Amino acid sequence: MTDQLTTDPAKPAQRMRAGSMSITLMPWIIASLLLLFLPFIFQANSAITIMNQMSITIIFALAYNMLLGQGGMLSFGHAVYMGVGGFACVHIMNMDDFFANIPLPLLPVFGGLFGMGLATIVGAFSTRKAGTVFAMISLGVGELIAACSVIIVAFFGGEEGISGDRTYGMPFFGVEFLQQIEVYYLIAFWVIISAALMYLFSRTPVGRMANAVRDNPERAEFLGYSARWVRFYSFVASGFFAGVAGALFAINYEILTEENLNLVTSGQILLVTFLGGVGFFFGPILGAIVFTLVQTVLSLQTELWAFYAGVLFVATVMFFPGGLAGVLMMHVPAMRLGKAKLLVVPYIKTLLPALIGILGLSALVEMVFHFRHAATGDHEMTLFWTTFDSHTLLPWIVAVVITVAAFWLMRMNMPGMVAAWHQANTVGKDRA
Amino acid sequence: MKDMNAATTPALHIDGLRKSFGKTEIIRGIDLSIGRGERHAVIGPNGAGKSTLFNLITARFPATAGKVELHGQDLAGLAPYQINRMGLSRSFQITNIFSNMTVFENVRCSLLWSQGYKYSFWNLVSRSRELTEGADAILEQINLLNRRNLPAGTLSYAEQRALEIGITIAGGADVIMLDEPTAGMSHSETDYIVELIRKVTENKTLVMVEHDMGVVFGLADYISVLVYGEIIATGRPEEVRGNPKVQEAYLGAALEAEH
Ligand SMILES: Nc1ncnc2c1ncn2[C@@H]1O[C@H](COP(=O)(O)OP(=O)(O)OP(=O)(O)O)[C@@H](O)[C@H]1O
Ligand SMILES: [Mg+2]
Repeated sequence: MTDQLTTDPAKPAQRMRAGSMSITLMPWIIASLLLLFLPFIFQANSAITIMNQMSITIIFALAYNMLLGQGGMLSFGHAVYMGVGGFACVHIMNMDDFFANIPLPLLPVFGGLFGMGLATIVGAFSTRKAGTVFAMISLGVGELIAACSVIIVAFFGGEEGISGDRTYGMPFFGVEFLQQIEVYYLIAFWVIISAALMYLFSRTPVGRMANAVRDNPERAEFLGYSARWVRFYSFVASGFFAGVAGALFAINYEILTEENLNLVTSGQILLVTFLGGVGFFFGPILGAIVFTLVQTVLSLQTELWAFYAGVLFVATVMFFPGGLAGVLMMHVPAMRLGKAKLLVVPYIKTLLPALIGILGLSALVEMVFHFRHAATGDHEMTLFWTTFDSHTLLPWIVAVVITVAAFWLMRMNMPGMVAAWHQANTVGKDRA
Repeated sequence: MKDMNAATTPALHIDGLRKSFGKTEIIRGIDLSIGRGERHAVIGPNGAGKSTLFNLITARFPATAGKVELHGQDLAGLAPYQINRMGLSRSFQITNIFSNMTVFENVRCSLLWSQGYKYSFWNLVSRSRELTEGADAILEQINLLNRRNLPAGTLSYAEQRALEIGITIAGGADVIMLDEPTAGMSHSETDYIVELIRKVTENKTLVMVEHDMGVVFGLADYISVLVYGEIIATGRPEEVRGNPKVQEAYLGAALEAEH
């Protein structure tokens, strides 16, 4: 009763072509509509700001995953391509005569070209080998260019960075991009375009060979492809889209600083991409969305947001190496069998207590933090809409009891969930 | 002039080939010519240097001395991918496939260069009927159509061996080198693969390392016996079989093992 799932071998070629268009277009249409209508749901300026940041991170993470997920190249310095694209665009904004002839929505093309230019130079030597050599070169180049920001002040503006004004560009059908919402749609347009182009790239011969070289560079060489040049082309393409993200950053914030180039930013995009899942094209999109929410929404709630983000990453690496996308795609076989609904109740019974346990744990973390770091005499803290005295025993007891009880409940229900999982993934009739 | 020579230039010409790993010389001066359209088997005991010879010809390792010519062209200094583009394709003794990609993708990737796609980023692979149909035709030949959409790493050993051969022949190279293609296969699988090899190497040059003497004598036009880094005999199967030196060094034992 545990037959392996195999797809129907009959006429695979035809089957693949038939309907493939509608299946692959659907997510794009949904995403476009979502981007179109989100500002009507979240109208606050702060929400638009978050969504803009999210979109920029999406492009950057997708570009990063062209290396990590598609090409098997682990870069520790990818921020420089985004940064250089962004810096270049601010300079273009400041070239009054030139910029006055360029509609703002075209600016990302320039950002992309600058990112690509730098990637062409660096890629020429860094892509010769994958693995540790590539990673080390990326780290070195990242550090080097970040250091340049204080040396080449004319381009990078030293410690203050450089700023510009996006509204000096040629009006685009009367739009001057004075308002956030106008910028939102500009960025949304570029998210769709960039994501679509990056997706299509992965479907081209060189994109397919990037996967092959990632898996087995030696064998790829015996099939006529130079592993090095395959890596190089992915690297250059990735540099282009990183540059596009940089341009959008320049448009959105109108300022770039050393922070846009440094290793912290480079490390962050690695984490974002990994969190989302490197194995699927849409993984980095999920990663960017979740990470931006953690970074913006959670950081308003707690000073410790970076700590939670760190825990999230470690948990992902340890328990879900496929990232969020991997967790989602794990459910495809059960869905195909039409048995996904078997999972709903066991999931609620297990994951709800788990969530409460995690919140309880974070409450304890917050209380410890408050206890240790609040100003002397400040004993009052507010957590989950409750205000209490962190120097009395009762809140601690409540938090510990809730946490322990929740995790105990989770453990109790775990076997049920595991059993349901097996049942949902088994071909054949359910046995009661 | 060149055209007139073409018919007589051997597909592969090896001259004074040597290879040392550290102090030990593994390939100790090999001269060998393999004519066009010939099916040539290289046999010899374990550790004789058969795989190393393959690795030298295909530039997986650099040779210590000597030269290799493919269709009269010197291969010195060329990378494996350049040699492949000149029409030489090889398989590996230890299965060497793209295990995270689907079986279909494995074969499709093997078709890309030979179908002229190069480093194209303006074509979509799924749009090409030749690619899809070509890959499916190969899958049908190697009996893996029903595994088409599975990750190659999940196939059984024998299936992976078949895929290894499929990847090697997909590009339509005219010199094909197979390193123990039937190793680890059952009798019926071996029979099937031998027929397949015979079919796909029609009018092509085949160089094959093989331990199964049934396969060797069934398939090969010529046999070379490699012992301890040297070729001790080359010739038609019946000549090699009767050669007392070969009997002593290898064949006696190998044929006995068959029974
Ligand atoms: N990369 C290497 N470094 C060092 N020694 C090697 C290397 N490759 C092969 N050898 C040695 O060269 C010798 C010949 O190996 P090779 O694999 O060519 O033998 P073979 O004839 O293919 O044997 P088999 O029938 O077992 O496949 C062996 O002694 C092996 O240990
Ligand atoms: Mg061998």
